[in-house]
Amino acid sequence: MFDPTQWVQLILQGISTGAIYSLVALGLVLGYKATEVLNFAHGDIVMFSAFLMWYFVVGLDMPFWGALPAVLVACAALAYLLEARLMRRIVGQPQFAGVMLTIGIGFMLRGGTSMAFGPDSRSYPTPWTGQVTEIAGARIADLNLVIIGAALLVTSVLFIFLQRTSVGVAILASSQNQLASYLCGVRVKWLNSLVWGISGAVAALCGLLLAPISLVDLSLWFVMLKALAALVLGGFGSVPGAILGGLVIGLVEQFSGVYMPDGVKDMVPYLVLIGVLVLFPRGLLGESHGRRV
Amino acid sequence: MTVETLVGSYDQGRALLRTPVQRWTYGALAMLLLALPWVIPTFYVGEAAYIFIMCIASLGLMTLTGFTGQVSLGQAAFLSIGAYTQAQLLANGVPLPVSLLGAGLCAGFVGLLIGLPAIRVSGLHLAIVTLAFAIVTEHVMGRWTAFTGGHSGMAVPEPMLMGHSLAQPLPFYYLCLAVLVIVLLLLLNLMRSATGRAFVGVRDSEAAAQGLGIRVARTKVVAFVISAMVSGVAGALLAHQIQFITPEAFGLMLSLQLVLMVFIGGMGSLRGAILGALLIGMLPSLISLFKEVLPARIGNQFGLELFVYGAVLVFFVLLEPRGLNGRWLRIRSALDEFPLLSRTAVRRQKSYMRSERA
Repeated sequence: MFDPTQWVQLILQGISTGAIYSLVALGLVLGYKATEVLNFAHGDIVMFSAFLMWYFVVGLDMPFWGALPAVLVACAALAYLLEARLMRRIVGQPQFAGVMLTIGIGFMLRGGTSMAFGPDSRSYPTPWTGQVTEIAGARIADLNLVIIGAALLVTSVLFIFLQRTSVGVAILASSQNQLASYLCGVRVKWLNSLVWGISGAVAALCGLLLAPISLVDLSLWFVMLKALAALVLGGFGSVPGAILGGLVIGLVEQFSGVYMPDGVKDMVPYLVLIGVLVLFPRGLLGESHGRRV
Repeated sequence: MTVETLVGSYDQGRALLRTPVQRWTYGALAMLLLALPWVIPTFYVGEAAYIFIMCIASLGLMTLTGFTGQVSLGQAAFLSIGAYTQAQLLANGVPLPVSLLGAGLCAGFVGLLIGLPAIRVSGLHLAIVTLAFAIVTEHVMGRWTAFTGGHSGMAVPEPMLMGHSLAQPLPFYYLCLAVLVIVLLLLLNLMRSATGRAFVGVRDSEAAAQGLGIRVARTKVVAFVISAMVSGVAGALLAHQIQFITPEAFGLMLSLQLVLMVFIGGMGSLRGAILGALLIGMLPSLISLFKEVLPARIGNQFGLELFVYGAVLVFFVLLEPRGLNGRWLRIRSALDEFPLLSRTAVRRQKSYMRSERA
């Protein structure tokens, strides 16, 4: 039953899909910490970025490395404007309003993408399409290594940005107490939009990493649901937790595909989500916070 | 002169329709709904029945989300349970009224099983749990081929009542209307009872409700069960409407549509649930009317519908957060107080950041 080559393959596969879940969850948690709105349109930005990339690479015949930053910037600008123009208007309303607004934006984004590009699946070439590397006897697609590398890069850049730059520290401060940081001269509104912009860029990167695995398709937004599982597993609102949760979900998914009955693989992230939220709502790395009356 | 003639009788205070005006308007509405299927084309009779079913489902969700404040993004799961139970019961020869009840009870039982653990979390977390539950239910229904026929689907037997088939649009319209009226009356009375008041109490402040001796946890579970039962009945009717059920028919989109109805209608009012279901239920027909005007490239795609749903939702969140019901109430009070109404009386109060963090 135990086959080391298969295990290496499963673990690498799991980590690379998990890394995408982690990145999507990371984007979600950043926006959530800054504005207390869980962005249900996040998955649609992921989907939109893949379509935009397809349009740049196949439609406009741009080089891959030229299209990549263009997509990242476009999605960052989109998310920045969403916060600055729409989300800001419902500050102070109950959380449910934020949920509904982002669901509505997500619908518009998905419907708009479908109208602009058409609903069919497609794909675009990448520098690593079809390349394979051999590690410890297991054959791994280069794509998976690229994903892991990109995830590590993004996480460390964000970590340094948040811990070592003054803007990053200001973001941390305003996510802990908006009023206090505002009184200290932090530009809270601008920072909230900026965080959404960053989260949009991260989402775009996820879309670009995910599209070669599956296809450029409207259903790409489903990754957001798995990212929610990662978010919950890691502890709601914890950045390291989101990353850890994503990796665990990715691994669990891969292993349950091999060792569990047929069909469980698709359900496992959601079962983990329900189980963790109901039995252990703090998650792996979440801080406990009771609610004041 | 007795006091009674001045202020009216106690029965008047308890009546659902208190004034002659209300009695006349609702009477006229009832006559209109009874006469409607004889006037409009057959296709629209089917559409109207569909809207009634959506009204029932949205009433079910309103009980949970609008009155008790428990957001559920997975209501379609209960509809699907109701639909499959209905199909199985009818296939095994159970008469229609009993099978409708059975579908409701079965969905209610699952609601109890889900509600018991789910009430441990609230707010955003509950929304996520119910979302995950709906996805898991869809997968289970797809895999459980013995009961559901899996992804290839399952034909629903014709609804029969006392030897007569109700499958034609006209009788089915009246069946849906009758069920809608029964559900509406039950919920109207429920909301006036101690249980209904407890729902609202739990929504507005759990701590205050607890302080007043309301058993918060039990109230939430009761709301879950009632909402699931109503949704189950709606699902049973929906099964007849679409005649051939697959798990995909009860996917995420249906859940979100229901939430849309409740939100757009206006939280915390049964009238809102019905208005919301009317608007969202009619949208696809309205859009298909506009499609002829639009260029073919845009008009022929399913994305348009999704886009319009999103746009309507964004519009309501930003500009009309009290929903259609709130607008209705304001129009009515403006008519009532016609020359005296000032702008400040209806202005929304400024709200400040209310953090949900500890």
